[in-house]
Amino acid sequence: MATASSNDDPAAPGAEAAPRFDREVNVGDIVFRAVTAFAGVLVILALALVVVDLGAASGRTLVRDGASFLGARAWDPVHGLFGALPFLYGSVVTSIAAVVGAVPIAFGIAVYLTEYAPLWLRGPLGFLVELLAAVPSVVYGFWGVLVLVPWLRTTGEPALASALGFLPIFQGPPVGNGMLAAVLIIGLMVLPTISSVSREVLSAVPLALREGAQALGATRSEMLRAVVFPYARSGLAGAVLLGTGRALGETMAVTMVIGNRPTIAASAFAPASTMATVIANQYDEASGAHLEALATLGLLLLALTVALNVAARLLAVRTRTAGSALPPRAPRASLLP
Amino acid sequence: MKHPPIDAPADAKMRAVGLSVQYGEKVAVNEVSLSLLSNEVLAFIGPSGCGKSTFLRTLNRMNDSIEGVKVKGSVELDGEDIYAADVDPVLVRRRVGMVFQKSNPFPKSIFENVAYGLRIAGVRDRGILAEKVERALTQAALWDEVKDRLDESGLGLSGGQQQRLCIARALAVEPEVLLMDEPASALDPIATAKIEELISELRKTLSIAIVTHSMQQAARISQRTGFFYMGKLVELDDTTTIFTKPNERATEDYITGRFG
Amino acid sequence: MSPYARRLFKDRLVAAACLGAALLAVAPLVAVLGHIAVQGVSGMSLALVADVARPDAIDGGAATGGLAHAFAGTGLIVGIACLLGVPLGVAAGVYLAELGDGRLGQAVRFSADVLAGVPSILIGVTVYALVVIPMRGPSALAGGIALGIMMLPTVARTTEALLRLVPDSLREASLALGMPKWRAVARVVLRTAAPGVATGVLVAIARVAGETAALLFTAGDSNAMPESLTEPTASVTVKIYEYALSPSPVRHAQAWAAALVLVAVILLLNITARAIVRPRASR
Repeated sequence: MATASSNDDPAAPGAEAAPRFDREVNVGDIVFRAVTAFAGVLVILALALVVVDLGAASGRTLVRDGASFLGARAWDPVHGLFGALPFLYGSVVTSIAAVVGAVPIAFGIAVYLTEYAPLWLRGPLGFLVELLAAVPSVVYGFWGVLVLVPWLRTTGEPALASALGFLPIFQGPPVGNGMLAAVLIIGLMVLPTISSVSREVLSAVPLALREGAQALGATRSEMLRAVVFPYARSGLAGAVLLGTGRALGETMAVTMVIGNRPTIAASAFAPASTMATVIANQYDEASGAHLEALATLGLLLLALTVALNVAARLLAVRTRTAGSALPPRAPRASLLP
Repeated sequence: MKHPPIDAPADAKMRAVGLSVQYGEKVAVNEVSLSLLSNEVLAFIGPSGCGKSTFLRTLNRMNDSIEGVKVKGSVELDGEDIYAADVDPVLVRRRVGMVFQKSNPFPKSIFENVAYGLRIAGVRDRGILAEKVERALTQAALWDEVKDRLDESGLGLSGGQQQRLCIARALAVEPEVLLMDEPASALDPIATAKIEELISELRKTLSIAIVTHSMQQAARISQRTGFFYMGKLVELDDTTTIFTKPNERATEDYITGRFG
Repeated sequence: MSPYARRLFKDRLVAAACLGAALLAVAPLVAVLGHIAVQGVSGMSLALVADVARPDAIDGGAATGGLAHAFAGTGLIVGIACLLGVPLGVAAGVYLAELGDGRLGQAVRFSADVLAGVPSILIGVTVYALVVIPMRGPSALAGGIALGIMMLPTVARTTEALLRLVPDSLREASLALGMPKWRAVARVVLRTAAPGVATGVLVAIARVAGETAALLFTAGDSNAMPESLTEPTASVTVKIYEYALSPSPVRHAQAWAAALVLVAVILLLNITARAIVRPRASR
């Protein structure tokens, strides 16, 4: 490497005469910088490719007929009808319902693990909860298909219908495959995301603030309310947004239990479909306007998940900087899953 | 190095007997016995890592929530062992307040910071709260500076004001003992002077144990001083005695600046 | 009740609720893992990993055939993904940690974080358009590229985080010896952070090994052993998906057994990753 550069070096003929700084140092560092920067640029490129590809494949559907595409309820590829509403509805409703259900449990786990659990239990229990995230989506889906859905059909949904049947969402035939099954599976899958980020946020609350409350005779729950939650508020909100992003993008398990019907029904038992599942089910067989419509749904899904992720990260940064002049406890490098 | 005798006059407010603290394998406080009298300021001095802060924190059980800490021996408050099995640390801390090295106001308004201890103790009446908050802030010599902005965040105050806010917060619940862990170490000389003045004033109504890294400060504000070294209480005596004719060689070496 | 007793009661109530939440989260994990274990063990046979799929197993015939081709396919696809994702991810992480404080570094960091949150199905769609269509069909290569892209941000950000934990004094010490920066990074910094980087890689592998959505259109499916990188290739996850939705109990049994093996491998990878870091992280 160094010898190659000395060929066109004007000072090269006199090199043996005058001792000079070795050129090798510079070349090595230039290569080092170029190679690593190239890898970094590839990361940007990979993201850009996703955006550009979906944008190109969407054929400007959004620009051409944005409102009518987004607002239309009919999806019938055979007759050329492409409305995004059923999928937007399915994605948003299942994700929000799943997150709403998962948040209290996830916060409960996070609080238990940071505040109440005996020390010997914290490591193993935390690991166990994080294992929930390690089980592949398709395995949850498999379990959903063979265990959860049949149970919902024969036991869960009839029970809900007889207990809460006066509510429209618990009316209708107990199908099993449908929104409720999807919500339960998504909730289970976002639980570890929300709880592990919340746990990190809670344990970053400065010890000085905790001790300040305890020194005034606060019980643990009073300390949580007075200083821990106010300090961790935006970080916890970030955890929820991150979980919502995960929920929206969840594909395999959902497609296996949701019934995959492009309908908007009042009943939680009814089959539905989401942006992610319709892409998984139809993308490789689609062409023309159908493909454009699917790519547009992909673009919408991308925009939603990216927005949620960025917002979550901004909130996480705010937790670290605002709230108190005190340094956060355990300032360790955050390894978000 | 002989142990100082346990001094236990009848009017001792708090008394530690044979108190040891262990962090895992490390003995941080070793068999310390001493008493804190009513209406006195008792200072603890010693090189850093000598156990004086750890000892102070045992007096309101602040070490309880730290991983792997074991406390042996007993601490009595008005003759009652605060480490007895049926005693809740929450109730101990209600009577034995604490001010920390770094000011730690809650992310709340000035008023709510001071009112917090009262609120959790069950005071709901707005009038009583306002009255007690004003009294505590006045006691902490902060009232005049903040009376027009009680609704602003406590985090907007200067360092010295924040520390006085934390003192006011501790005083609001009318504790019988106040523990102070190097309360002025992060402050400028003017703010330090204010805090010291305040401590001398507070002595009229309660007992104070203070850890300080400044011997001058100990000499200025305390009636008695204890010298800690390597987890042991080497010597405890009237402050003037400690600083003029200490009994122990180690104490003398420390005050004359030969180590530490 | 005295005010104090009431406060204490409230505190206990909160503690109990939190414990309840933890149990509520662990219960389904135990249910799912328990079910996989029971069904998986009963469906386990040597043929599972020794034989490929036989058509006679489809309609409830004898439990012949296996998923050897799917295991081989997953191994192949994940291997390609590692060839792509590990060196590039580590290099990008080194860039972020050592040179990445400028604007480009910020952009790379931001992109990595965003990319990590992109639903995997969209990665699959992108690779479908960029690789599968030009190559006229799904392949192990396309699947490997999709998973490689998914590994990139995870490996890059863990590498960065762990390199930043290496004290600056170590960097300066090697630079002061006259080492060029690249050599200091390669010899000292990377070596010090190696266990952590390995952890990041293992976690990334564990994540993509269970991936399905990104493989649906990219790697495709097959019933034979993979013989080239450019042919449709089966994977364990896509096979589980396919068999789960089939009506055949024989297929279900095979899928349970495959799921058990897959989950066991993924858990093992996670536990190993944790074990590597454990001795260092003395909190």
